[in-house]
Amino acid sequence: MAKTKKTETEPTTAAEQPVRRSGLFEYAPAPESPAAAGEIATSYGHFIGGEFVDSLGSEALKTVNPATEQVLAEFAQGTEQDVDRAVQAARKAFADWSALPGSERAKFLFRIARIIQERSRELAVLESIDNGKPIRETRDVDLPLVAAHFFYYAGWADKLDFAGYGANPRPLGVAAQVIPWNFPLLMLAWKVAPALATGNTVVLKPAETTPLTALRFAEICRQAGLPKGVVNIVTGDGRTGAALTAHPGVDKVAFTGSTPVGRAIAKQLAGTRKKLSLELGGKAANIVFDDAPLDQAVEGIVNGIFLNQGHVCCAGSRLLVQESVQDELLDALKRRMGTLRVGDPLDKNTDIGAINSAEQLARITELTSAGEQEGAERWAPECELPGAGYWFRPTLFTGVSQAHRIAREEIFGPVLSVLTFRTPAEAVEKANNTPYGLSAGIWTEKGSRILWTANRLRAGVVWANTFNKFDPTSPFGGYKESGYGREGGRHGLEAYLDV
Amino acid sequence: MSTLAANAPGAAGGGLSDVAASEATLRRFLHGLPGVDQVGLESRAATLGTRSIKTTAKAFAIDLAISMIDLTTLEGADTVGKVRSLCAKGLSPDPGDRTAPQVAAICVYPDMVATAKQALGSSGIQVASVATAFPSGRAGMPVKLADTAEAVAAGADEIDMVIDRGAFLSGRYLEVFEEIRAVKEACERPDGSSAHLKVIFETGELQTYDNVRRASWLAMIAGADFIKTSTGKVAVNATPPVTLLMLEAVRDFRAATGTQVGVKPAGGIRTTKDAMKYLVMVNETLGDDWLSPHWFRFGASSLLNDLLMQRQKLSTGRYSGPDYVTVD
Repeated sequence: MAKTKKTETEPTTAAEQPVRRSGLFEYAPAPESPAAAGEIATSYGHFIGGEFVDSLGSEALKTVNPATEQVLAEFAQGTEQDVDRAVQAARKAFADWSALPGSERAKFLFRIARIIQERSRELAVLESIDNGKPIRETRDVDLPLVAAHFFYYAGWADKLDFAGYGANPRPLGVAAQVIPWNFPLLMLAWKVAPALATGNTVVLKPAETTPLTALRFAEICRQAGLPKGVVNIVTGDGRTGAALTAHPGVDKVAFTGSTPVGRAIAKQLAGTRKKLSLELGGKAANIVFDDAPLDQAVEGIVNGIFLNQGHVCCAGSRLLVQESVQDELLDALKRRMGTLRVGDPLDKNTDIGAINSAEQLARITELTSAGEQEGAERWAPECELPGAGYWFRPTLFTGVSQAHRIAREEIFGPVLSVLTFRTPAEAVEKANNTPYGLSAGIWTEKGSRILWTANRLRAGVVWANTFNKFDPTSPFGGYKESGYGREGGRHGLEAYLDV
Repeated sequence: MSTLAANAPGAAGGGLSDVAASEATLRRFLHGLPGVDQVGLESRAATLGTRSIKTTAKAFAIDLAISMIDLTTLEGADTVGKVRSLCAKGLSPDPGDRTAPQVAAICVYPDMVATAKQALGSSGIQVASVATAFPSGRAGMPVKLADTAEAVAAGADEIDMVIDRGAFLSGRYLEVFEEIRAVKEACERPDGSSAHLKVIFETGELQTYDNVRRASWLAMIAGADFIKTSTGKVAVNATPPVTLLMLEAVRDFRAATGTQVGVKPAGGIRTTKDAMKYLVMVNETLGDDWLSPHWFRFGASSLLNDLLMQRQKLSTGRYSGPDYVTVD
């Protein structure tokens, strides 16, 4: 145990002393078996009235594995006629479903929740293959939350009288639900669970790059014996979504996705009787005060922007750090980013998977170039990226100001913009200075400062000393251009009740 | 660390000796360290625990873990015979497979140091002795120093001391600082060399993570060669979050002062799976510089046989069972 005292030439900052990784302890590949995803058919139709049916149109789309660019399956581009059939099926099922006692509806939801738990490995692997996100996340984040949402709303089904919306609140009818590609199955759960618990029936359209887990969920509905037509799934791109939200037989529209599409849907529905809830983009400020728990703040920042490759509407994409701690925080953050493992999403040790599509990769690339042109300083750790597939290094921009595009526009990728502030008031002013208002984070060891800041932030979700933590009991949704309505918790029932 | 940048000339001893000029300066310094968020720390430790270590990585990690073990017997019922057989086990962990590495050290009570020293001969395995009225630390300073000096005189290469948790929890930081200093002096041998000093915090008794961070810095400033979690004699011993916190402390201390300090979790680490989790934490928090027995140790007894069983499983493809590894 020869202890060597370091010499006086020893560097003295963390940045000059990076964590050395000559590969002494290299993790061997630890791949999850793709076969665990179960059988993926070569082509899929829609799920209407409890049956898998062929599309009435002839157009088919392909979904690829973004980590390999290999085609996984073909699926139908839903036509107006397909949408109409699905809405009719949902309408037909609504009478009996809404008349069931809540305790009976709860049984179905509990059954679905349990089947999801039993089949969680299969669903986690399928989600990872179709979406590109790491298996570690689908296994440890997505799937537990999916099951939890169904369990939670199953619990509400027979207690709606006590939800604060008066006695015997009524369902709306047929809910049209259009969901994004970033958390395909979790967004399905956020939409379907409260809708069914309150007695509505649904027509859901998954995103065109990630339809597979929704179609697998259709199988689970059959396995649970869910009455036919209560859940219908129509696949396709934005055209199918527009046909669905425009359908006159729809009573309620719930959309999660980009702000421009949300705006188009709001225009489309203006003047109709349809009820609308929107969960759109975000540009969350993650505020680190000088008295923050630094090591945990670094973890929270990493989790806030690199979870799911940054494909998160509530991602902490703007880091607001107090000037007095910016150097040490950025040193620590860079050191930590150097340990992120980018690569095969099915490897159990992968932290950052593939970008979901070529289009999304192009957008991230375009915005990061704009960041450089505007004078922000770009940094990314050295890491090898796989040859095939869509990949982007975890990237940091320093010297960003509110005037830069990368501080204003949602990048929806693993890109963090770092801004600084001097006083708490300035932090709040900068955090709120955005068209969005979905989420925010506060890092400080001082409780009163947490409350002071949270009271002033105009964001639907404010995390204190943590980030990107979700729970079915907690309402989620936005201010301003991040949308309206809430999902999750008691508040999430309101979007599906005639109140 | 901004708190340190101002007084980090990079001298040995941390260049931070001036923070111990008085009780007030020491308290200000320790309470000025960044706080620890319990939820965040525990969730980071849990996430690191989900790493999947397979095949070649597992083989490497098992051998590394064996070479990092301070194979320990600290029982009132210890005898010369027991200590000799433990030394034999440390010298040759798997008699059926001579490629298994030796352990790092044998850890015993002071009165067994001579026995262990003799049994280990020139093998290179260190003899570590607990001292300072281990495990409670409840004795006067003269007794603690005599305890230490006796172990060093008997040939101990390493001393595992316990801090006075009572003094620490009452906020008498300077007293703890001076205690560590005095024990470090008692580690000196007549020829000018020194036994290495490991400082045990008994983290289970310190209760809060903030206390663990403060104790870590306090011990490092006072000259600890190693910081160690626990005695193994209380209800809660080493845990992944506490160890992660101590790894972060030695990382930041080296960044601030240039001095590298080792870490030793002890107590309750019994399985290969547990050991892998600790090595992953070292790997991803500190990197290669700490991935050796010089800088990281496991205080353990039953862990060794579980590592050996897993090692046999890797080399033969079959589990052999507890009768195919030796009891010490």
